[in-house]
Amino acid sequence: MATLKELAQVEERFVGGHRLCAGCGHGISVRMVLNALENDENVVVGCATGCLEVASTIYPYTAWNCSFIHNAFENAAATISGVEAAYRSLKKQGKLKDDFKFVAFGGDGGTYDIGLQSLSGAMERGHKMVYVCLDNGAYMNTGIQRSSATPIGADTTTSPAGKVIPGKQQPRKDLAALIAAHNIPYVAQTAISNWQDVHKKAKKAFEVDGPAFINILSPCPRGWRYNTPDIVDLVKKAVETRFWPLYEVEDGKWKLNSKPKKYVSVEEFLKPQGRFKHVFAPGNEDLLKRIQEEVDKQWLALLERCGEEPELPPR
Amino acid sequence: MKNKVALTGNEAVAQAMRQINPDVVAAYPITPSTEVVQMFSSFVANGKVDTEFVTVESEHSAMSATMGASAAGARAMTCTSSQGLAYMFEVVYIAASMRLPIVFPVANRALSGPINIHCDHSDAMGIKQAGVIQLFSENAQEAYDNMIQAIRIAEHPDVQLPVSVNYDGFITSHALDVLEILDDETVKNFIGVYKPREALLNVNEPVSMGSFDMYDYYFEHKYQQVAAMEAAKRVIEEVGKEYAKISGRNYGLVDAYKLDDADMAVVVMNSAAGSSKGVCDELRAKGLKVGVLKPRAFRPFPHEAIADALKGVKAVAVLDRAETFSTLGGPMFADVRNSLYDLKNDIKVVNYVYGLGGRDLRLEDVEQIYSDLDDIIKTGKVDNFVRYLGLRE
Ligand SMILES: Cc1ncc(C[n+]2csc(CCOP(=O)(O)OP(=O)(O)O)c2C)c(N)n1
Ligand code: SF4
Ligand SMILES: [Mg+2]
Repeated sequence: MATLKELAQVEERFVGGHRLCAGCGHGISVRMVLNALENDENVVVGCATGCLEVASTIYPYTAWNCSFIHNAFENAAATISGVEAAYRSLKKQGKLKDDFKFVAFGGDGGTYDIGLQSLSGAMERGHKMVYVCLDNGAYMNTGIQRSSATPIGADTTTSPAGKVIPGKQQPRKDLAALIAAHNIPYVAQTAISNWQDVHKKAKKAFEVDGPAFINILSPCPRGWRYNTPDIVDLVKKAVETRFWPLYEVEDGKWKLNSKPKKYVSVEEFLKPQGRFKHVFAPGNEDLLKRIQEEVDKQWLALLERCGEEPELPPR
Repeated sequence: MKNKVALTGNEAVAQAMRQINPDVVAAYPITPSTEVVQMFSSFVANGKVDTEFVTVESEHSAMSATMGASAAGARAMTCTSSQGLAYMFEVVYIAASMRLPIVFPVANRALSGPINIHCDHSDAMGIKQAGVIQLFSENAQEAYDNMIQAIRIAEHPDVQLPVSVNYDGFITSHALDVLEILDDETVKNFIGVYKPREALLNVNEPVSMGSFDMYDYYFEHKYQQVAAMEAAKRVIEEVGKEYAKISGRNYGLVDAYKLDDADMAVVVMNSAAGSSKGVCDELRAKGLKVGVLKPRAFRPFPHEAIADALKGVKAVAVLDRAETFSTLGGPMFADVRNSLYDLKNDIKVVNYVYGLGGRDLRLEDVEQIYSDLDDIIKTGKVDNFVRYLGLRE
């Protein structure tokens, strides 16, 4: 495991000059993932349309200090799978001598929703590529619309907290489980509050012989409406409250990476965020209860998959 | 060395792909081009090509993966028809704007709905504004020849654009035809080694592709595509001349058939051009001054060559195997009429929409068209300039 000091020596592939909002989770997530590559490793980065792409390649500038390709919103996985196929072909024919790694970044919209088919196809075909979903729980680039990754209750511009309907009504899609069902060598969920966890998982993902998928919680201060500098504390809360558990699935074996010692209510994660403000308004007690129930239900299901005793942390 | 063989259009196209031996093919089955995908898979499975074949889950991904491969620095191809092309629509534009020299055959089939598997050109016409070069083929021979030439056209430094090679679904794709194919070595030498201008797999020059353009660059980038299309007209002719040297067959932007002294002309693409030439010969034998103009390139549109070929005629019928629903006729009609406008010599131009959903174009239909043109010349009157050929009342 690298130390922070060593990581500081790593050559950055995603550099300054991009126009992500100050404090955007995407920049942090991308750097943490790419820093798992060694300096002498070559990488081709693919990217779906979304905040990361439009903020990092405004022509004639680029924030990418490596080969980069953006194609469209829903096809980052297919595009990188083509790059990887070209790599194998050219290598096999002796037309290329350098080695390369391949990674695609997509937002939750470009991954859970419109890009799911393309991702599923690429995972099933077994390309040696890493797909990283930067999950901020909404279509932020088009102005905070709900996606199937948006948590229940969240106020977005297409699931507004109204007088009759208090925000999004459906629980999140369990994407990591869905991708794990493709029986690929590596699937993981991670969060930037724990850089070692991100680093370790990214390293494993780049090293496995086949496709790997990483889901990373990547807060959006605009869409979530929290105090921007508090990003790391907020992500910590997401993990502690079990809203965003850290786990990995290696060759089909599920493993929980951290287990909170005590029961922390999801309120702690929701409260600092403007998108959940209405949840705490009088009359919405049932909604808060439903959100907590959903977190607990998902947690128990995860424990079972990981072969752990299915019980909630002690209160 | 040349070989005379009996092949279907799909077989001829698959053979061309085998000889091209692309680094990557990503494709998805759809009638009537499925056979190309199947035959190519067997070339891969039997080690006849060096290609990595990507068995994508859709046509959107077929084109996307082909683009990734092409951007990586590989020679990459796909293949489709109809709904598959419609499903690719979004990324075909992006492939053109990224200037990726992807060659892809399209066995033309009607677009849904209603769903129909037979030939018309509504699929190809759907992407006429996408920025890809579109070549059309009268028969299996031309489909084969166009495939080989398309590689050189697409990859030419002044062009750098995708090229689609169109041939009629079933009529050409499935019918057995006798044609000449070149030997593998001749094709290999003709197409040469692919040298990409930029490549993702080049460690020395990292490149960002597919950037976000604002109003300060988008317009110029689009104009560069126009300039590339303009250059493509020259390149198509140059490559055609070179190809004649190895094949003995001549290819240009258009095929002008018996037009030198013609009074009447039919303008038509793909297999119907063959039927039209047959009728033309019969009428010529009766002393009628008729001819046929077959555009081989539809994008770029060879308007100069068309105006030049038709400048002496009195009446023209443009045959469109696709609708535009503009109520102003088919897509080629608009372009041909536009091309003739500046001649200012009162050529009467009428449109026949024909063969939608695979309806046969009968020889009698073509005779009727010439007879209509004859009437137009005699009376000087056109009462209905958009006509639907063989439409039941
Ligand atoms: C086919 C298509 N549909 C819709 C859009 C518009 N669009 C661009 S980005 C985006 C949302 C991106 O959301 P997400 O993937 O979550 O990324 P984020 O911006 O939140 O990081 C949408 C809807 C598009 N570009 N292409
Ligand atoms: S809107 Fe949100 S996701 Fe987009 S750049 Fe700003 S902070 Fe990042
Ligand atoms: Mg998002």
